[in-house]
Amino acid sequence: MRRDHSGGSRSFKPDRDVEEFHGAYVPYDLAKEFIVALLVVGLLVVVFAFLFSSPDEAPVTIKSWSMNSPVGFAQTAITELDGTSATANYGPPYNSATPGATQSIGPLSPERWMGVHHPIDTSLDYVIGPLKTLPNRPALDRAIGRYLSAPASMRNAWDSAYEKAVASARFVGGAVVVRPGHYGPVAEMMSALTSMARSGALDGALLSNRQFYQTDYTKPLMFIADGSYLSNLAQARHLQGTQWGMMNETGNYPGQAWLWLYTFWYQVPPIKTSPNGDLEVWSIMMVLTALLVLLPFIPGLRSIPRLTGVYRLIWRRHYRSHI
Amino acid sequence: MADPTAPLPEDAKQWTAKLRKVAEDAFPPSKLLPDRQPAYVASWIYVFGVLTLASLSFVILTGIVLALGGPSWWHTSSTGLFVNSLHLWSVEFFFFFMVVHLWGKFFMAAWRGKRQLTWITGVVSFLISVGAAFTGYLSQQNFDSQWIATQAKDGINATGAGSFFNVMNFGQMLMWHITLLPLGVVALVGLHVLMVRHRGVVPPFDRDGEVQNTGGRDGASSRRELSGEELAESSAGNAEAAVASRSGGDD
Repeated sequence: MRRDHSGGSRSFKPDRDVEEFHGAYVPYDLAKEFIVALLVVGLLVVVFAFLFSSPDEAPVTIKSWSMNSPVGFAQTAITELDGTSATANYGPPYNSATPGATQSIGPLSPERWMGVHHPIDTSLDYVIGPLKTLPNRPALDRAIGRYLSAPASMRNAWDSAYEKAVASARFVGGAVVVRPGHYGPVAEMMSALTSMARSGALDGALLSNRQFYQTDYTKPLMFIADGSYLSNLAQARHLQGTQWGMMNETGNYPGQAWLWLYTFWYQVPPIKTSPNGDLEVWSIMMVLTALLVLLPFIPGLRSIPRLTGVYRLIWRRHYRSHI
Repeated sequence: MADPTAPLPEDAKQWTAKLRKVAEDAFPPSKLLPDRQPAYVASWIYVFGVLTLASLSFVILTGIVLALGGPSWWHTSSTGLFVNSLHLWSVEFFFFFMVVHLWGKFFMAAWRGKRQLTWITGVVSFLISVGAAFTGYLSQQNFDSQWIATQAKDGINATGAGSFFNVMNFGQMLMWHITLLPLGVVALVGLHVLMVRHRGVVPPFDRDGEVQNTGGRDGASSRRELSGEELAESSAGNAEAAVASRSGGDD
């Protein structure tokens, strides 16, 4: 039985223990080393910053979206009103919508356990609420009143009819034009909301709450993400999840290359198409992370360095001098 | 005349005195700032620890300058953009050096000899750094921030963390990026470096895969000075050895 350097009597394990080093020491200057490293890194950073700068593409606003794609905006807006958008059906932490919308692995569903913390009612928050802030619009006020007082079945019929019609709408003379149909007050509401969006007023309305200063962009970002405009821009910049987008950024920059393993799992079937894919990827990554942190204590895994023999390359000078 | 500040026997019972003794025992000056290293510390891989520390210094320095101007400064000022670029590339180099350092330490099995906490603090530093960089991307106030936030929310929400960690709340992400996570990184890296100094650089395996015992003498001294010929062979005229011989403090 060999003893580890602490003098304990437990059996010696080469992947856990070492014997005290009694060999030669050589001079070195730690302070000088750090200063030299600072100079080298400083030079590298300045050269790269000078040559390559950093990306800064303008953000998408609801105004820019509705100006560039008014029909696309109206198509998304009606799904917010009728509750068929992705946000409306997201579930926690935004709402408690469709049963089964939350991700789970077996009986485990952390997002369901945590519940709703950033409530979003898409119909009220994205359409009716902002429209009510528009001043001096008696006709619009009547349309909203009519919509809200109508039976649910009637509202659904108007919403469905407009949603189908707006799929083939055109933008003419500064307005979204749909074919004639039985849309009740919905056409007027959507027209007003699109105008509001194009003026920039909807960006502000979605941020407003009781405070003057704002830092929470959850509502406008979720609205924007419900449409295809943001997604199409990302697709063109190779930022989609299927394009390893989580680790990329705009332009030819390295991005968050250290997220490669996290991003990798999103490319692997069946996770790639699983409705619980996010939870599955995070679960895998948590297990792998725990293994990495606790590697020194895991027999077998901690033997990999010794068994692969890469250490012979690292310490080759040492071994050469001790033949 | 007696030194009025000299410790008295009863002082040894003080918590302060006990804490000082623990610190002095764990980190005597010769361990904290050594001027020699074991001869086996002779590889370019040892340089990546100190390069990581140097990069982190630039990350913090450029972050402080960006903080002085505020989160929107770099969008409207060419000077601000350049500082932001310095910050970005510092981060990129920081991660590159840190990952190479991590792989190097993995293949050395650098947790051996009661160095498990050194390994753990290093890995956790890496993980917190990932979070710090991620919140940095979310705090840019540009298209990248928007897209990363809308994509990342699904994974974070799926874990339940989205209820208290909202990637679309710019104010919250900025605070995490410039206070909480940097404090965590600096604290963990500091502890990591102290652990390296406390335990020293892990010795090699022996040639057939066990621990190297270089045949030191029994007795008081565990150090052996290299002879002039050995020293010349290990450093002079050999850039690798020269760099490696300066890098032992950065396990």
